[in-house]
Amino acid sequence: MSDNLTAEPETVERKSFVRQASRAKKTRDNLIARFVAINGGVGILAILLIFGFLLKDAIPTFKHVSLWKFLTGATWQPDQDIFGIVPLLAGSAAVTIGAVVIAVPLGIACAVYLAEIAPVRVREILKPTIEVLAGIPSVVIGFIGLTIAAPFIQEALHLQTGLTALTAAVMLGFMAVPTIITIAEDAIIAVPAAYREGSLALGSTRWETISRVIFPAAKSGVIAGCMLGVGRAVGETMTVLMVAGNASNVPEGLKGIVPFFLGSVKTMTAQIASEAPEAAVNSPHYHALFAVGLTLFLITFGINLVADLALSKGRH
Amino acid sequence: MDGHKKRLAKERLVFILLGLSAFVVVAPVVAVIYFLIARGASAMSWEFISQPPRMFFQEGGIFPAIVGTLYLLVGTIVFAVPVGILAAVYLTEYANRNALTRIIRLAIVNLAGVPSIVFGLFGLGLFVYFLQFGKSILAGSATLAILILPVIITSAEEALLTVPQSFREASLALGATKWQTIQKVVLPNSFAGILTGVILGVGRAAGETAPIMLTAAAFYMPTLPKSVFQDCMALPYQLWVLTSESFNPSPKFQWGTALTLLILVLGLNLIASIIRTRFRRKRAW
Repeated sequence: MSDNLTAEPETVERKSFVRQASRAKKTRDNLIARFVAINGGVGILAILLIFGFLLKDAIPTFKHVSLWKFLTGATWQPDQDIFGIVPLLAGSAAVTIGAVVIAVPLGIACAVYLAEIAPVRVREILKPTIEVLAGIPSVVIGFIGLTIAAPFIQEALHLQTGLTALTAAVMLGFMAVPTIITIAEDAIIAVPAAYREGSLALGSTRWETISRVIFPAAKSGVIAGCMLGVGRAVGETMTVLMVAGNASNVPEGLKGIVPFFLGSVKTMTAQIASEAPEAAVNSPHYHALFAVGLTLFLITFGINLVADLALSKGRH
Repeated sequence: MDGHKKRLAKERLVFILLGLSAFVVVAPVVAVIYFLIARGASAMSWEFISQPPRMFFQEGGIFPAIVGTLYLLVGTIVFAVPVGILAAVYLTEYANRNALTRIIRLAIVNLAGVPSIVFGLFGLGLFVYFLQFGKSILAGSATLAILILPVIITSAEEALLTVPQSFREASLALGATKWQTIQKVVLPNSFAGILTGVILGVGRAAGETAPIMLTAAAFYMPTLPKSVFQDCMALPYQLWVLTSESFNPSPKFQWGTALTLLILVLGLNLIASIIRTRFRRKRAW
């Protein structure tokens, strides 16, 4: 009995001590939680900062040229403060469309092959090779384009120079392929096995199953992969800077499209890369380059948004 | 029966075409690696990687570019890794599935799609001029750090999600707080996955040219930088400089620089994939 009486207050004391300690731990935990949450927002912060700084430095451009003139002007002459973005849009469009024509069929075919047809051993060779392709720095691809692909294309097509929109499109096409393959393959693999089995059980061949059941089911993922591939091609800088020739050209009518494609072009990315290091800070030229950057940012942002929507639609 | 044979023949034809497309994708990769090794290997020597260039890339080596790239990568790691991992911890351990996290994820996905030259412009505007870091290692590292954040966050998130929920529950049941659980249970068990992501991100940063050409890279600078406020040479930018018309460098320099850069970047990717496979095999659950 007496033992119990003396023991009682001690337990109470211990309990309150434990409670205090755990309260201290809790406040510490809350502080840490808040700190972690701040870091959680870093993605939003980064994208807002990028947008904000592009906007801030792009806006003064329109003191010198109107937005309309900027978007429709066909000449870019920094020394006279003339900034028209049309040749750059034409250049970016040319290399991107060319790249898409190459990368989309190749990428989709490759994804189908990897996901549905390739034997395990072939897969084990193909997958790492495609990862290597995705990992090669763009400046190295540009270097190979410059030293090997450009002379080859020049000779094969009897051109005056090998540094053309076509050359850039070929290089960009290969750079976009891994993106398309990875995402399209994931989408194809995610199609439930029951779809496949059901179709085969009904007597379809494997190809009929792929083309009429699996592919339609994976469509939104495949489209997302293609969109991301396009985004990669539009934004690629070094390769284009090295192999597209960097002369501002605009196609002359519909007939001019082929010569345009077989000649030098300058893209938005190459324009920024080649001129931004020399443009004096806060000069009209500097601001105009930011306006080009902002245009590029908005275009790729739109493309990625569409791709993301397609992906989340595919998941539901 | 004949119709069935026709359909099977069609299938065989299509499969051959699809296999061919895989070959068309893979063959150039092999060719590129072959050219780089065949032409770059002869440039490689101890002198080439340990000496500064002399007489505008006629003689000497690429030592300052190697060191410059390493400086930039260390800076990138310092800026990107803690923030990136904490962001992933927030998304997997703390955040509820609501509109805010949806927006955060959307921002990260879109950040990954921003063209590298736009990161360069942004770095030029924010770090070089607005914060007055100047064209420097500091500005270049900060720019590269933002560029690789999505890689680090996404792969760290994946790694954290592989830790079974029961591990967390067991730790909490023993009286550990949430942070203690994260610190002592969740993070150690996802270490290999997080490390993989960090190395992949660093590999990406090592090969980027456009962001550093506006924020950090020096055209020709045979001496090593002495502070983070100085600019530096870097392998990818040097390769571009060597192909522009300003110099007439020996081809040895071009191919040697290209091969060194490729070995660095693919080497980092290889290390990452080795860690990933070994971790998967050794995983205790």
